[in-house]
Amino acid sequence: MIELINVSKAFEDHVVLDNMNLTIQDGETIVIIGRSGIGKSVTLKHIIGLMKPDSGQVIVDGLDITRLDAKGLNQLRTKFGMLFQGAALFDSLNVRDNVAFNLIEHSKMDDKAIDKRVAECLELVGLRGIELLSPAELSGGMRKRVGLARAICMNPKIILYDEPTTGVDPIMADAVNDLIKDLQAKLKTTAVAVTHDMTSAYKIADRIAMLYKGKIVEIGTPDEIKNTKSPIVRQFITGAAIGPITEDS
Amino acid sequence: MSAWIRMLGERFLNFVRYAGGVSVLFARTIFWVFVPPLKGRQVLDQMVRIGVDSLPIVFLTSLFTGMVLALQSAYQMQKMEAKLYIASLVALSITRELGPVLTALVVAGRVGASIAAELGTMKVTEQIDALETLATNPIKYLVVPRFIALFFMLPLLTIYADIVGIFGGYMIGVWRLNILSNLYWDMTWSPLHIKDIVTGIIKAFAFGVIICIVACYEGMRVEGGAEGVGAATTKAVVIAFILIIAADCLFTALFYFGFSF
Repeated sequence: MIELINVSKAFEDHVVLDNMNLTIQDGETIVIIGRSGIGKSVTLKHIIGLMKPDSGQVIVDGLDITRLDAKGLNQLRTKFGMLFQGAALFDSLNVRDNVAFNLIEHSKMDDKAIDKRVAECLELVGLRGIELLSPAELSGGMRKRVGLARAICMNPKIILYDEPTTGVDPIMADAVNDLIKDLQAKLKTTAVAVTHDMTSAYKIADRIAMLYKGKIVEIGTPDEIKNTKSPIVRQFITGAAIGPITEDS
Repeated sequence: MSAWIRMLGERFLNFVRYAGGVSVLFARTIFWVFVPPLKGRQVLDQMVRIGVDSLPIVFLTSLFTGMVLALQSAYQMQKMEAKLYIASLVALSITRELGPVLTALVVAGRVGASIAAELGTMKVTEQIDALETLATNPIKYLVVPRFIALFFMLPLLTIYADIVGIFGGYMIGVWRLNILSNLYWDMTWSPLHIKDIVTGIIKAFAFGVIICIVACYEGMRVEGGAEGVGAATTKAVVIAFILIIAADCLFTALFYFGFSF
């Protein structure tokens, strides 16, 4: 279980998270929605310990990660896989070494076993035979898939997705959504995704949480969100230019 | 007046923050150098990129510097009928000063810029965050191999630059100014002591540290996309240049006054 308790974070004078609370149950897929720059990626970075909150607690499986030292944090991170917005593949490594990065750095597997695991992970994301290509030779969609293959390589318990469908065409976006759903079904992991793509959110989420002004203002199943009475959430999910969000800003 | 004091205060604070940041990175790098395992393959790759690939540019810079030094000194020495001393002047100037400093400046321009741009790009494309999520320390993985490579390759490049620079002086002295070859070599080696070469090499170790830490620091704190990467690259080179010259001054004074070198 992941719990964010009264988490606050500000960058100089700009408050991004303001006493934010969120609980994510084991095995569920939760999608955090909200406008660009509202703090969705910052929330993800708090969950994996890339950022420390100014105040509050981030508890993962009973451990407050804000109190962990570097070693403890690294141990905890082996439970995580993360897909970055631009995939964040290492330019200097080929696809095989990108996917196998964790295995090469943190396991004693031999090359043959690593090759087998890389092929399995690539197969899971619908790719094969691209191990020797460099990231520069991949399309946007392929990069996302390779990034996903890297994220699942160590059989993580929790997968974080930062804007999984941003930067790919609608057909590829749907393929990525299917892939996320398939992986959830096969790997039974907990998943946290942040996006402003509502098609994606409805498709992959068990629950959707709306982040606004540093707080979760509404949380519910996709159907509950679709039928929300909150004018803020309604404006966001319908993509209306006029409403309380734009009036406030 | 108060605005002026505020500006001065802000600049001073920025300087302290910068010096603090660089010092912390340096201390962490030293710590991680001694934490096993050391990635030999990565260190070797960096040694090739930093050292071997810099050979041509260091060769040209040193050769021309040696030649120019011989020509410029010939202008004065010939008037005093002392052109034989050109060899000694070239040898001492190159080994004590120009070899280490020019090599460091060339490497700062070539390698420092490349490190800052590479790490900066990794930062803005979230590759450094990705490293951390993969339970890998970015300093251990990115800075340490570059640090070790620069620490050892810059002194080696400096020795190479010394040899090439002296040869550049020889080309002018013997082939253009008609100094006898054996006399030129005698006048090169006779005033040259091991301490002259050693002081140059000690400087090179320090310059290597400066280039690496400044470039990595600038690269790893890039914000704001391509523009940020460009600005960090420029800053890495400019700050490394200034620190190299300042450290050179400090070391020269230290060797001169402190150790009677």
